[in-house]
Order: sequence, then C-alpha cells, then structure tokens
Amino acid sequence: MKYAKFVIIGIIFGIIMAKAELISWFRIYEMFRFESFHMYGVIGSAVILGILFVQIIKRTGAKDISGQEISINPKKMGVTRYLLGGIIFGLGWALAGACPGPMFVLVGYGYYSILIVILGAILGTFAYGLLRNKLPH
Amino acid sequence: MDFILEPWPWWVAGPVIALIMALLLLFGANFGMSSNLRTVCTMVGGEKFSDFFELDWKAQGWNLAIVIGAIIGGYITVTFLSSGETVDLNPQTVESLQSLGFENAGGTMVPLEIFGQNALTSIKGVLILLIGGFLVGFGSRYAGGCTSGHAISGLSDLQVPSLIAVIGFFIGGLVMTHFMLPNIF
Repeated sequence: MKYAKFVIIGIIFGIIMAKAELISWFRIYEMFRFESFHMYGVIGSAVILGILFVQIIKRTGAKDISGQEISINPKKMGVTRYLLGGIIFGLGWALAGACPGPMFVLVGYGYYSILIVILGAILGTFAYGLLRNKLPH
Repeated sequence: MDFILEPWPWWVAGPVIALIMALLLLFGANFGMSSNLRTVCTMVGGEKFSDFFELDWKAQGWNLAIVIGAIIGGYITVTFLSSGETVDLNPQTVESLQSLGFENAGGTMVPLEIFGQNALTSIKGVLILLIGGFLVGFGSRYAGGCTSGHAISGLSDLQVPSLIAVIGFFIGGLVMTHFMLPNIF
C-alpha cells in the first residue's frame, strides 16, 4: 500500500482545511477585503515555518525515503506567465471562493455544487493545454 | 474536548500545512494540488489534443491519493468534528455581503446564494461556478501552480517566480472582490 501514507496526508489536509475554514468562500472574500487576519495568519505562518523546514533540509542535505536528494521543482525565471496566470487564477479564486485543494475538501463536506467548479477547473486546464503554444510565457 | 468541535485558529492550520509540505518532500513528492487537474485531463484522453497532457498519469497516483484523502477529510470534519457551520466573520464583511444580497453571510460554510440548490436552477448560477472553476484551472496551469505549489511550496523555497505568481493571485482576487463581484450580485 504505497499510496496509504498519501491518503492519510490527504485526510489530515482535508480536516485542517475544513476545521480552519479555509474552504469557506466567505473567508476568501473577507481576506480580499482585508477584514480579517485569519487567512494571512495561516499562509504567513505556513510560509515562515516552510522556509525554516526547507533551509534545514538543504543545509543538512537530507534525503527522501527513497534516498534521493530532496528538491522543490525550481520554476523557470520569467514574469509574464506568472503574473498573467496568477491574475487569472486570482479572479477565479475570489469568484468561486476555492482553490484546487479546498474544491475537493468541499465535495466531502457535502456541497456537491462544487463539482461544477471542479468540472470548470478541468476544462480550464484542458483549454490551457490547447492554447499553451499561442500564449506569452 | 470542545476545542476540537470549534473552528481551529490560524496558528494551528498554518504550521500543519507547513508540516504536510515537509512530509511530502521527505516522501519524495512536491506539494501541489492543481497538478491533479492536469492528470485528470490525461486520464480522459487529453493527450490526443495536446502534448501538454502526454504524461505518465500513474506516476501521479500519489497526488490523486491525496485528493481522495482530502475528500475523506472533508467528510470526517462535517460528520464528526463540527458542532455547526457558522463562520465568525468580521461584521463589516457581513454588512458588505448583505448589501450585495447575501442573506445569511457566515451562517453556512459557503454562501447558499452560490452553492445552494437554488443557485443551480439558473443559468447565471451555473455559469458563476463553471467560470470560477475555469479561471482557477486555466490560471493555475498558466502560472505553473496554485496556492499550494506557489504560495506554500514556492515561497518556502524563496523562489522569485512564485512570489510573482502570488502577487498575481492577489491582483486578480482584489479586482474580482472589489470591482466585479458587486456587479455580478
């Protein structure tokens, strides 16, 4: 069962996303109006601790369980694709109130209309695949 | 045990998310939820239409396992770990939502005006969900990642492209929230 540990990580992820209300459309709306610290606290503390973890991994040269050196996929430098893609993502994030993680958590939470959002996200991904060579990157 | 049923504060959620990212690195994986959308495109035959979807989706099985876990986690939370769905919003947020016509802002996890059964009976309601998702899917692949891949993993690794993407996320989110949502609702 090589996938079991990933299912367990997913369950922990789902519980934390739901219990901290990170799957709430309202929390996203509130964040973009700067009327609560909650979302900034979550992302900020995750990043600060994440920086610490990554530095520890890099400085100790830690290996993963299969003995490979650990690395986070380095993103090719550029501006256009990250800025334009980011803006398009942000428009959808604030409209649907969910990014790709919470979308799936909301299915389990019982709001099945989110399946339409997931369908839209798959179609959007597919459309990018079709248009990729015509877009500025 | 009441604290388990109450909403959890940011200082629990943030560190756990960082731990999940670190744990995935130790398991030889990278934290990134939107990649699953690409994998699904490959699974339904997307490679016939674009070489972007030519990938070995079985190698992405671990990430699909996380998706299955996330769905189970949502179910466990609503079934066993909640005493109610109320989201304790800033009163100013509630007021602005009321002025847009949201009747029970914060009374449920997500607004029924968007996610309730009634919203699905109008073309406009369905389009809001479909277009919102489309923008998230298109934008995350164009930008090469979403909140988990860029805002958490990328920023933790101090990658400049991820910072640019996160700035983009916020520009888009602010434009939608302040200029577009008031015209949509």
